[in-house]
Amino acid sequence: MTSATSQESRKVEAPASLPVLPRLINLLILIAIDACVIWFLGRLVSLGYYPLAAAILIIVIFVNVVLLLRPARPIRWMVVGLALMGLFVIYPIFFTVWVSSTNYGEGHLITKEQATAQILRLKYLPEAGRAYSWTAFKSPDGDYALWLVDADGNGYLALPGEPLTQPQPGEAGIGELDNKGIPETIQGYQKLNAILAARDKNLTEIQFGEAGRTVQVRSPSEAAELLSLYIYDPDRDAMISQETGIVYQNIRGVFTSPNGTQLRPGFIESVSFTNFRDFFISPALRGPLVRIILWNFAFAFFSLLFNFSLGLAIAILFNDKFFPFKKLIRSLLIIPYTIPALITILIWRGMLNPELGVFDRMFESLFGWAPPWFTDQWWAKIAILIVNLWLSYPYFMLVCSGALQSISEDYYAAAQVDGASRWQQFRNITLPLLMVAVGPLLVASFTFNFNNFNLIFLFNAGNPPMAGTPTPAGHTDILISYVYNLAFTGSRGVNYGFASAITIVIFLIVSVITLFQFRFTNMWEEVGENV
Amino acid sequence: MSSLTSIQRLRSSASAQRRFSIGVRLIIAIILIVFSLFPILWVISASFNPTGSLATQTLIPKNAGLGNYRELLNSGEIPFWTWFGNSIKISTITSVIALAITTAAAYAFSRFRFRGRQTMLKGILLINAFPALLALVATFLMISQFGDISPIIGLNSHVSLVLVYLGTAMGINIWLMKGFLDTIPREIDEAARVEGASDWQIFVQLILPLLRPILIVIGILNYITTYGEFVLARVLLKTTEQFTLMVGLQIFTQAQFQQRWGVFAAGALIGALPIMIIYLALQDQIVGGLTQGAVKG
Repeated sequence: MTSATSQESRKVEAPASLPVLPRLINLLILIAIDACVIWFLGRLVSLGYYPLAAAILIIVIFVNVVLLLRPARPIRWMVVGLALMGLFVIYPIFFTVWVSSTNYGEGHLITKEQATAQILRLKYLPEAGRAYSWTAFKSPDGDYALWLVDADGNGYLALPGEPLTQPQPGEAGIGELDNKGIPETIQGYQKLNAILAARDKNLTEIQFGEAGRTVQVRSPSEAAELLSLYIYDPDRDAMISQETGIVYQNIRGVFTSPNGTQLRPGFIESVSFTNFRDFFISPALRGPLVRIILWNFAFAFFSLLFNFSLGLAIAILFNDKFFPFKKLIRSLLIIPYTIPALITILIWRGMLNPELGVFDRMFESLFGWAPPWFTDQWWAKIAILIVNLWLSYPYFMLVCSGALQSISEDYYAAAQVDGASRWQQFRNITLPLLMVAVGPLLVASFTFNFNNFNLIFLFNAGNPPMAGTPTPAGHTDILISYVYNLAFTGSRGVNYGFASAITIVIFLIVSVITLFQFRFTNMWEEVGENV
Repeated sequence: MSSLTSIQRLRSSASAQRRFSIGVRLIIAIILIVFSLFPILWVISASFNPTGSLATQTLIPKNAGLGNYRELLNSGEIPFWTWFGNSIKISTITSVIALAITTAAAYAFSRFRFRGRQTMLKGILLINAFPALLALVATFLMISQFGDISPIIGLNSHVSLVLVYLGTAMGINIWLMKGFLDTIPREIDEAARVEGASDWQIFVQLILPLLRPILIVIGILNYITTYGEFVLARVLLKTTEQFTLMVGLQIFTQAQFQQRWGVFAAGALIGALPIMIIYLALQDQIVGGLTQGAVKG
């Protein structure tokens, strides 16, 4: 935040204070930024995005405090990063917690005020309402005026937002009337002929006349005085139809009549712990969820086991200073790791393609049979583990060979003197020392694979599908890909509320693993260590 | 005499054993290399296969040609260069700004002593241990709310995508960077401070040049992660010309994957090439960073 040039000029002052002019400039910049943010906050509030507005307000206050108070000087070095982290990492976590307690989703996307306002805008033509024939006029600025003639032949001038008037020719810019009682001209407006007017889409949208007694074009021949169809009763939290008298009660975020008719749109409403209850006890969801969770853990565990074992085996095999072509072999073996994961996953999808892929053609010609990589759940799981092995073993090969080289030769020399076998050396020297170095990486890798959305989503999108589940779920879906389906691709409507509830469950699992990682590795000590 | 020959025999048998062991290991290496390289060779072959479909492909294509590349780059139907450019632009901007944020913060953590320093550092590490992916729904909703105020920071905008990426800039990399900074003796700073240099001058003129190796590693790992990032870009970007290369390739494979396998292969190869080159050229530095805890996404 501090500008480089302003400080360049200063040589001898105490490190803390800037000359007056640059300080003033910094202050002015801060004020300008604050002004923009306040405008932005105003817009957020006016749109009803209160949680986001609150988050930004807190962050801005924090930034100002840090920049203005002297004791907070060291924090200035990281204020940009902290602000971004607050907005894009911490706020989404809180927001997720909030969403998980609501019915946010298909049919419940807006706030109650917005939904109520939309419903209250609906109009109907009452039995006793007045209907008019109409002629449209349009000003060069795009404003419209209507000349209305009622059943008795009285003429009215209707402008948006103003009460109807009954001017005579000559008054208020009204020209001579023709034989149907319609003025030839209105000052400032041009008459639209009937065909143009009928095709003008704006015209049917505009409400003419004062609020509460509005006239709207309903058909090419008729404009009518419309009344509000619904009235909101705050005491009963219900909408009452003026036309039929039916009471629509607010039931879980949508106004619903006694016979079940719903007024759209619905709105976001708190459902407290319903989403979590569904997660844990809903019998329809429990079946698929239990299987997804089991597979999720199995996938992360076996991925780690296979990838690490192969990586470690290779590292040990070639952990030899004088091995020929060592550098070349390593370069060739890390190639899978150098390709962006998305690309390799898609390549494997092509290679394992049923019928057409290279592996299936190879299997067909050798055995007359090919594994159904995409249609059988067990083969699909095996395929995913193979692809993940190919993707990740070079990583473990690299970190293990790095760690192996740091193990002193003296240990092995001493062990040989004591007559330890190769296996004993590996078991009692290599493995424990290796674990100190790569243990944290193993935990991190478990967490990473636990949420390895890319692999599942890109390889087979969680397929093959499970039968008879209430929301789409597949045999290879892990929690995070299941959440993605719920939130973004739900064929039965998106459900952000439930998706967020599952997200929080994943949060908890991941944080337990992470705390375990921090607790049982020396990360904290290193962090706390002073220079 | 006899003891000498027995030593010689032992020696020669030891060296024979060693040659045998190296031979076995070389064979294993070759098998592993085949396992590693086969998919890549297969894709290279696919990209030159003139019929371009998955079913007709053989390892050595008949009538190899550049047809797939021509279709990919010139057809106009696939805005490959736009996607590629978007990816390069977004990754470059993100990794440069993220590097600046990380370095400045790590400098403060390494050099200043203030209350709550350790708590803050632990807090930052803990918060970033949560995969950003988990807050996907919330991030999507937040960005779409931003978009109602200004489309520049709304959905389908590169600015908002970069901002979201930067939210996680201060992760594990701060720890790596701070570790490196801690190895630079503080006497250097103190000498400069006696001369009247400000914190900023010390940071820019003294410390930054010393940080070069770690700056390169963290910058490149960041670049590679951003370049390969898919989910956030997929959710936040909406129109074809805004896509990053990864999103574009994925969308492309959703339709006619089997028939246009060759075109995809060509795109995949060109897309993977820059990262492969960076990796192979800088593998020693990158391995150093990986060993200390960086994870590629």
